[in-house]
Amino acid sequence: MIQVKNLIKVFGTKVAVDDVSFSVEKGEVLGFLGPNGAGKSTTMRMVTGYFRPTSGSVNLCGIDMLEEPELAKQRLGYLPENAPLYSDMTVASFLGFCAELRGLHGAARTKAIDRVLDMCFLDSVRNQSVDTLSKGYRHRTCFAQSIIHDPDVLILDEPTDGLDPNQKHEVRSMIKRMGKDKAIIFSTHILEEVEAACSRAIIIDRGKVVADGTPESLKKLVPGANSLDEVFRSITKPDTAVKKAA
Amino acid sequence: MSNRAIQNTLAVFKREFMAYFNSPVFYVIVVIFLLATNGFTFFFSRLLDSDDVSLATRFFVWHPWIYTVLAPAVGMRLWSEEHRLGTIELLMTMPVSPWQAIVGKFLAAAVIWLIGLALTFLIVGTVSYLGDPDSGPIISGYVASYLYAMACLAVTSAISAFTRSQVVCFIISVAFCLVIALIGDPGLTQTVVNAVPNGMEGIVRFISYFSFMDHFFEMTKGIFVLRDVLYFVSVIVVALLVTDLGLRSKRA
Repeated sequence: MIQVKNLIKVFGTKVAVDDVSFSVEKGEVLGFLGPNGAGKSTTMRMVTGYFRPTSGSVNLCGIDMLEEPELAKQRLGYLPENAPLYSDMTVASFLGFCAELRGLHGAARTKAIDRVLDMCFLDSVRNQSVDTLSKGYRHRTCFAQSIIHDPDVLILDEPTDGLDPNQKHEVRSMIKRMGKDKAIIFSTHILEEVEAACSRAIIIDRGKVVADGTPESLKKLVPGANSLDEVFRSITKPDTAVKKAA
Repeated sequence: MSNRAIQNTLAVFKREFMAYFNSPVFYVIVVIFLLATNGFTFFFSRLLDSDDVSLATRFFVWHPWIYTVLAPAVGMRLWSEEHRLGTIELLMTMPVSPWQAIVGKFLAAAVIWLIGLALTFLIVGTVSYLGDPDSGPIISGYVASYLYAMACLAVTSAISAFTRSQVVCFIISVAFCLVIALIGDPGLTQTVVNAVPNGMEGIVRFISYFSFMDHFFEMTKGIFVLRDVLYFVSVIVVALLVTDLGLRSKRA
């Protein structure tokens, strides 16, 4: 459902994403791993059509993102990093606005809002101004926005960032549940999350894909490694290690 | 335009319009606008002390200067706020074309301004009560005034697409609107013409032709010339095109 081929993004002289290719099928949950600044968010922004790639192609459900962006975006739900929201709106009016942009009007709109308010446990704050929400609620409101039209493709940039352990668990199981009939990509820093929710994981370092496989097969990449944590540390080079080597 | 395009534009318009109503900025600006228009007309132009109740020279004459400051104050949030909050990333990954969003937002600010301008009806009422004014110049004056405000708003929209700071957008927009008003000033043009070497006069006059002012005053005189209307409309269209360019450059 998601096909990414030879994606390259150059900012000035810096190559942020360097020839990244992968595909995600229906029923798969792909974990996106990598150190800070590895190019995770940039890749996701290209997949969602926010950034224009320097070269390469993105195809969602058979629709080319560069050729027919509006059509491709209809099939997509996206939770950007830091969960941006219009601070002057209430939770319900924000979701209503997003529903309208997704082509939901009248009764379908009301139904969609009620559904996601219920799914994301937002009923108690539905008429509260977004400005006054705590971080967990803000995050869930933006998450609710991404699934309001029940999209085939879901792209989540750090969906559990800033949530408490209970909420993290809830979001993780929600992703796993929805993963059965969608194609989902989500990025994270938390490696247990990958084992808990993903059917496959990709590790990105300095703009390149350095590993791609099921969480179990990734563990076997590095001999003697017992956890994904060790694998992650040995195949992505932290800046400090590079300095030491030099 | 397809049905979907209209619905998208309307959705963006509605959101933006409500955002104005929910923010104190709108009320502050409308109050300042009314105080300024009424104050200038009654105290500086001494509308009531004169026998001449022409609105062109006592009421509309102040509008360009008021708009130079107030239109950027209304328009500065249009795109800067989207950049600052990061909601631009949401908006641009929705199945909405940049044009639908640009037009929707601009229309919201335009309707807000229409409300502000409509609230100056008391002055028209005063003039009609005291005398028997021609309705022609009043109507063309209002059209000119509204078009002038729209041109300043569109320029502000273009500048706000390039920056995440409302303050930066405000300052640059005011400066831009001020320059484009000043270059049309006949006194200033004459001074510059006298200062530059011979042969450059044509260039100075050519630049001064781009000022909003000439076109504005032609219209307030009651001469409803299509040329002047087209001038303002093309300024608005070009500024919205630049807005699109600004949004693209941020996403490149």
